[in-house]
This record gives sequence, C-alpha cells and structure tokens, in this order.
Amino acid sequence: MAYALQQLINGISLGMIYGLIAVGYTMVYGIIGMINFAHGDIFMIGAFVALISVVMLVSGGIMDGPAAILIVLLASMAVTALYGWTVERVAYRPLRGSFRLAPLISAIGMSIVLQNYVQVAQGARVKPIEPLLPGGVTVLHIDSFVVQFSYMQMLIIAVTLGVLAVFTWLVTRTPLGRAMRACEQDRRMASLLGIDTDRTISLTFVIGAALAAVAGTMYLLRYGVIDFYIGFLAGVKAFTAAVLGGIGSLPGAVLGGLLIGLIETFWSAYFSVQYKDVAAFSILAIVLIFMPTGLLGRAEVEKV
Amino acid sequence: MQTTRRLVLGAGLGALTIGREAFAQGASGPIRIATAGPMTGQYAAFGTQMREGATQAVTDINAAGGVLGRQLALEIGDDACDPRQAVSVANQLAARRVQFVAGHFCSGSSIPARDVYAEEGVLQMSPASTNPRFTDEGKWNTFRTCGRDDQQGLVAGRYIVQNFRGKKVAILHDNSAYGKGLADETKKAMNAGGMQETMYAAYTPGERDYNALVSRMKAAGIEVIYLGGYHTEGGLIIRQAKEQGMNVTLIGGDSLVTNEFWQIAGNAGEGTLMTFSSDPRRRPTAAEVVARFRARNVDPEGYVLYTYAAIQIFAEAAKKANTTDPRRLAQVIKADGPWQTVLGPISFDAKGDVTVPDYVFYVWRNGTYAELS
Repeated sequence: MAYALQQLINGISLGMIYGLIAVGYTMVYGIIGMINFAHGDIFMIGAFVALISVVMLVSGGIMDGPAAILIVLLASMAVTALYGWTVERVAYRPLRGSFRLAPLISAIGMSIVLQNYVQVAQGARVKPIEPLLPGGVTVLHIDSFVVQFSYMQMLIIAVTLGVLAVFTWLVTRTPLGRAMRACEQDRRMASLLGIDTDRTISLTFVIGAALAAVAGTMYLLRYGVIDFYIGFLAGVKAFTAAVLGGIGSLPGAVLGGLLIGLIETFWSAYFSVQYKDVAAFSILAIVLIFMPTGLLGRAEVEKV
Repeated sequence: MQTTRRLVLGAGLGALTIGREAFAQGASGPIRIATAGPMTGQYAAFGTQMREGATQAVTDINAAGGVLGRQLALEIGDDACDPRQAVSVANQLAARRVQFVAGHFCSGSSIPARDVYAEEGVLQMSPASTNPRFTDEGKWNTFRTCGRDDQQGLVAGRYIVQNFRGKKVAILHDNSAYGKGLADETKKAMNAGGMQETMYAAYTPGERDYNALVSRMKAAGIEVIYLGGYHTEGGLIIRQAKEQGMNVTLIGGDSLVTNEFWQIAGNAGEGTLMTFSSDPRRRPTAAEVVARFRARNVDPEGYVLYTYAAIQIFAEAAKKANTTDPRRLAQVIKADGPWQTVLGPISFDAKGDVTVPDYVFYVWRNGTYAELS
C-alpha cells in the first residue's frame, strides 16, 4: 500500500513532464498536420537556458529560493519561445506549400542542428547543478517503509497543473484560441475569414516551445543533470504520449503523458526494471490496434 | 583507371619504404618500440601520461646501455580513442617495423588494434585497457600492466562479504560490457563468500529518473548498492535514493573516480566507495623513478608508471631471452616472471593478465576521494 503510493507519486511527477512536452507535439500536429521532430530538442534548449540562468542567478549568489526558480522559469520560457518561433520561421514556413514530407525532413534536420549547436556551444559532457529545492515531507510511515513526497515533485505537479489551466483557458476562451481552433479545422477557410494564419501558426509554435521550456526547467531542477542529448529520449517518450492520448487532442496529450509515466513506473515497481520501455510501447501498440486514433483522439474526416 | 594506377604506385612506394625500414632494422640499428593512445581529443590527458612514461623509460634504459647492446627508439601513435584510427595507427606502426607497443589506452581501441598487431607480429602491452575481452580472445601478443574489470569485481565482492555481512545488498548494472561484467564478477565473489544479494537488476543508462527503481530498493530494505555502471547513473541513483529517505551506501568501480560523480550526486555521494588501483607513486619500488620524473617537473600520476613498467618488462624480457623476436618474447614474459618493475614485481598468466591485481578501495568524502585506510 505504502509502496504503491510512493510509486504513484513517482509516476505522476514523471508523467507530468512527458505530458508537458507532449502538448507541444499535439498542438503543432493539430494545426498544421506535421510532426515537429525538433520539439524534443526545443525542450533540451529550455533545460539549457534554465541551467544558464541558474548558474548566473544562484551560483552567482544574486538570489535564492522560490523567487529564483520563478525567474529561471520565466527566462527559460522567453528564450525558448524565441527559439520555437525562429525554428518555425526558418525551417517550416518556407515549406508550407510544399509536399507533405518536406517539413518533416526539415524538422529532423532542425533537430540535428539544435543538438549539434548545443553540443558545440556547451560541450558534450553532462552539466550538473546543485539541488535548488531539496527536502520533502513524509506522507506515510507503514512497516518501516517511508513514503517520501519531495518538494520538487510537488512543484512539478503544481506548475504543470497551473500551466495547463492557463493554457486551456487560452485555447478555449480567447480570440487567439479561437483562431487556433479555426486554423485547425480549415486553414484556407480561416484565412478567407480574415484570420492571419501565419501569425496563428507562429504563436502555436511559441506556446509549444514555452511549454517545453517549463518541462525543461522542471526536468533540470528535478534531476539536476542535463546534456545535449536529453531531447531525444524525452522527445520519443512525449511523442508516444501524444499518440497514445490521440494526437491532436490537448487533454489526450496530458493523459497520455501521465499514462506513460505511470506504466513505466509501475512496471519497474512490480516487474522487471529493464523491460519498462518494452511494456510502455507494447501498451501503446495494443491501444492503437483497438483505438487507432488514440484514447481521446477523434476520427479524422477527410476534407473534400 | 587513374585510381588503379595511383594504387599501384602507392603500393610500390609503400614496399620501398618498408624495404628501407627493414634494412635500417639490421642487428646493429635501434630497436623500434612505440606507445599509442589518445594524444589528442577528449582523453588527451591520458595520452600525455603514456607519452611521459614511455619517454622516461626509453631514456632510462638507453642510459643504462640499451637492450642487447642496441638502443631503443620510441615512436608515438595517436588514436584519439577512436577504434578506426587505432587500426590505422596499428598498421602504420607495424609498417615501421615496431617490435613492441605499450598501448593503447581505451579498451575500444586496444581490441581492434590487437588484431592488427597479432597478424603483423607485434607485441602489445596495454597500461590501461581493463576490458576482459582484450586478453580473453586467445591472441598470442596481448598483455596488460593494469587490472581487469573482473579482478575489480573480485576485490569488491570480498570487501562486501567482509564489511557488510548480514546487510541487504542490491546489485545493479547498465547492461554494458563494462558494467555487467563488473556486477557479475562482484556477485560471483559475494556468493562464493557465502553471501546472497537481495536484489539483482539492470537499469537503462542515459535516463534521468530512477525513482521507481529506488522505491523498489527502499521497499526491499536495501542497505548497500553495488553499481556496475558509470558515474552519471551512479550519481543520480544515490541522489534519488537519499532524496527518498534511504540510508544506503553506494559501492562502484573505477568509473566513479571522476569529479563529475560528485557534481551529480552532491552531498548524497558522501561515503561512496569504489575500487581503483592503489597509488603506484607511493610504492618503494617506484621511489627512484618518481624522483627522476619530479626532477623534470612531471607528476607521474595515473598511467605514467603503468606505461613505464610495460617498457621495462619488454626490455628485461628481451635481455633474458637474448632476442627481440616478439613471438619468443611473448612466451618468455608469460613463463619467466616475476619481472621487477616500478610497480613492483609483476607476473603474467597464460592470457597475459597480471596475476596479482592491485585494486584497493577509495572513499568519497566532502567532494574529494582518498584511499580507504
């Protein structure tokens, strides 16, 4: 019981990070029908910007504690959003009228560019930071097993839920959200009705990158070690989460992320640690056999 | 056509060069030996150590009259720890009629180079490659002055039996040749000492979240973790274990001997144990040579003395066998030990491994590590 609770805490805090990245994949897919393979690397950029801010602020002795974390988060979101915008502008917009595979290839190229850029600019070795928010609370204490809920895990869950609430409001209640949904349904029609589709798509990338930056910052603060390659594995997992939840569906991305995190954790908890990825991907395969559009995805209507 | 002609020309020139080298290699010319390792690139610090050790050894031996009345001539090969470059370096050295190579550094380089040397009749003695495969694959020409990963496991296993008897031990590995080999050898030695591990598990390297594994160890009441793997994962696992309130000691291999381990683990790394070679600079047999290095402002750290010892063994064996024929020397080195070196007396088994491994325990305290007394 206590053990299961501990693993639940572990699984949710891991799944939240996957979910945050998955939202970026699913948004871009929803709006232009393209899988943005560079998104995992945008996440990595977010983690590096956070690292640089942490080093400047905290190790520089300027400030400490929650205020520092907030500033690091905002700095990372701002800079990473700029990256997201630039990537769209440079690598995807010129190819918008091109055949379907062109932006996909361009995305893979962008992923390699970002990875190599960080590798060269920051070095290939792992970059560690000191824990900014150590400690936690003991939730339960049964039969000498202590259930630990660290402050960092609480922060991840709180920040993710907060960011997603703001984001849901943005998509459902604002003119920008309406424009995004209109582009998603029919881009040409939307542009005929006076929506600036290019601007809307740019903003989608900016928002997706900002969410990836939140995930990257949380990742850095939680694990304390990053390198230029983290975007690959995290990107693959998050992409899987997006597909599992139903690509194009925003709640689906979060649900998918949580599920992947929980499956991995509980498989490691009760079966073999080594085969957790096999378990997660097998469940993905089974879900897709019975629900080809994912858990919350809706069947695509071919537009004539 | 053009290419063919160039190839023919190249081969002709090559043959000429080899002919000239072979001619220069007459009974009165110098004996060519080499050291090869990462002279450039990420591990260049180790390559420098090897070059320093080899240069000093050759200088000392030549000053004492050389080998069989001939001088030693040293060649330097740079493989940058890249297996492909190691093969081309090996070919170049063989073409220059080198008899003996003290190298390479990385196991990943030593193993492919070994096959070239075996074919070309060159003796190879690595001062640093610890992967068991290097000597296990039945080549006549392989030796090493360092230990093997499985000898490290033996030392670790015995230590656990002696100091942690009755405690619950988890053995973890990352499925790499190095990590799994180390974990399995430790397990073997532990079991032979009459101690069973509570848990044996593999983890995926490159991930950051090992909390599920940590919680599992917590539920099993683990008190000691033996880690067959690298410092990144080791640092993360011990950090996450302490975060979850576990009171546990981490024990690892020589891969934890890097400051990056402490940067990752932070204070959670306090008290972590690891096996590594005892400091050869402090051995009485090394005193005189160490003084000579220090006089040149060189600190004979790391692999310097291991390289020095490799060349010493070659010279001693050649004197004893009264030949520099590599195949004959390979037999003599294995059969006629122990050889007196800076590292102390060294004997080799039939595979070319040192018979008495010199692994000892080090402990991390306050961001630095020191030999466990």
